[in-house]
Amino acid sequence: MSFLEVTAFLFDGFKISLLIFAVTLLCGAPLGLPIAFCSMSRFKIVKSISKVIVWIVRGIPLMLQIFIIYYVPGLLFGYQLFGQIDRYMFIEYGIADAGRITAVLIAFALNYACYFSEIYRGGIESISKGQYEAGYVLGLTKSQIFRKIILKQVIQRIVPPMSNEIITLIKDTALANCIMVCEIIKNAKELAATKALIWPLFFTGVFYLVFVGVLTVVLNKAEKKLSYFRS
Amino acid sequence: MAILEVSNIKKSFGKTEVLKDISFTLEKGDVLSIIGSSGSGKTTLLRCLNFLETTDCGKIVADGEVLFDSEDKTKMTDEKIRENRLNFGLVFQNFNLFPQYTVLQNLTLAPTLLKKGDDVTIKQKALELIKKVGLEEKADFYPCQLSGGQQQRVAIARALALNPKILFFDEPTSALDPELTMEVLNVIKGLKESGCTMVIVTHEMAFARDVSDKVIFMDGGVIVEQGDPEQVINNPQNERTKHFLNRYKENS
Repeated sequence: MSFLEVTAFLFDGFKISLLIFAVTLLCGAPLGLPIAFCSMSRFKIVKSISKVIVWIVRGIPLMLQIFIIYYVPGLLFGYQLFGQIDRYMFIEYGIADAGRITAVLIAFALNYACYFSEIYRGGIESISKGQYEAGYVLGLTKSQIFRKIILKQVIQRIVPPMSNEIITLIKDTALANCIMVCEIIKNAKELAATKALIWPLFFTGVFYLVFVGVLTVVLNKAEKKLSYFRS
Repeated sequence: MAILEVSNIKKSFGKTEVLKDISFTLEKGDVLSIIGSSGSGKTTLLRCLNFLETTDCGKIVADGEVLFDSEDKTKMTDEKIRENRLNFGLVFQNFNLFPQYTVLQNLTLAPTLLKKGDDVTIKQKALELIKKVGLEEKADFYPCQLSGGQQQRVAIARALALNPKILFFDEPTSALDPELTMEVLNVIKGLKESGCTMVIVTHEMAFARDVSDKVIFMDGGVIVEQGDPEQVINNPQNERTKHFLNRYKENS
């Protein structure tokens, strides 16, 4: 196999890595917000449930969560729900794979939503009470205060920890190969097994490095753009 | 008629009684200073009057309108509390400017959100107020680019942007060094000259004496002594007031 053929084959795998990355961000980041609000709820039950969920999701290895989400529904109901979703959603991309993709996406989105929720919660709770009170004495509503005063300060504070998570995420996508999802490392291992080529496995690092490099530049720009004020 | 009538206000946090039966009145255009040691309940009183804390007992009447009456059992809605707050302005010890907005935006934010006029009028008024506190060349600066004294002057202008009937100050110079303190006190003196009704919690005794029409000395959640500033500060009658003011004289 030529270098170009190997690169193309690995890149096919990296596209799956990028898919997991994108879907996790697009679903996990918004999903983290209601979880964060539940964790800060005045209602003790809501708060406890939310905290227990976050504890479990952050307390179990992501790999194990992928196994659980992939195998347990089938064991319980004997029905390949994820397989149906896979065929319905991803068949035209040629990656439908007996529910593996869907299971991985769900596991990742849930897992990262919980991590994101804790970052949001930390960010929101770090804003001084004085900012709310300044809004109150100006006759603003709670929602106006949150949207117009608090939110931007929270965003400024959570960009660095979010950047960290986002950079971790692209490397975590490699965990998908534990249920044989054809992401980049799975493809490299396949080359090692079928073509006796070991170097592509190491070469995958370059894909990650380039992508993380681009991410770092973009995230630093975002951080800089928000640094015009100090809260 | 008094612009502010406070009668029999009580407030406890858990078992600690912080305000025990506070009553006073304030005339329009007058400046009232509240002095007293830390923990005497001065700040809590201001926070109760601005509805940042719920008063347990008593009555608050502003300009003839009953804002709060513990006898009246109808529940205070969020809407009513917000309307109440708009009667007053409050300047905080640590300014609490909105860091992501410029000086001008800090002033226009609330009037714009509360639809207190069209954008042009609101902006014009804001610029006038910024000029009044002597910061016209800083209108487009962010709070982090200003000194503490300048930030506090912006906070005063921001509170004035909603035309409060009474402006409250919670130790407005406690976070400032003596030089910056002067510039803020001068702004407050200027406001008095323009007829602004103010209530000032302060540790600046000389200032309280010079600028106030009335001084209240609080201790342990009660008003120990109140009256003419010359009388309360230069010639206090009560032992606790004497003791408190003596320690100030020793320090200065």
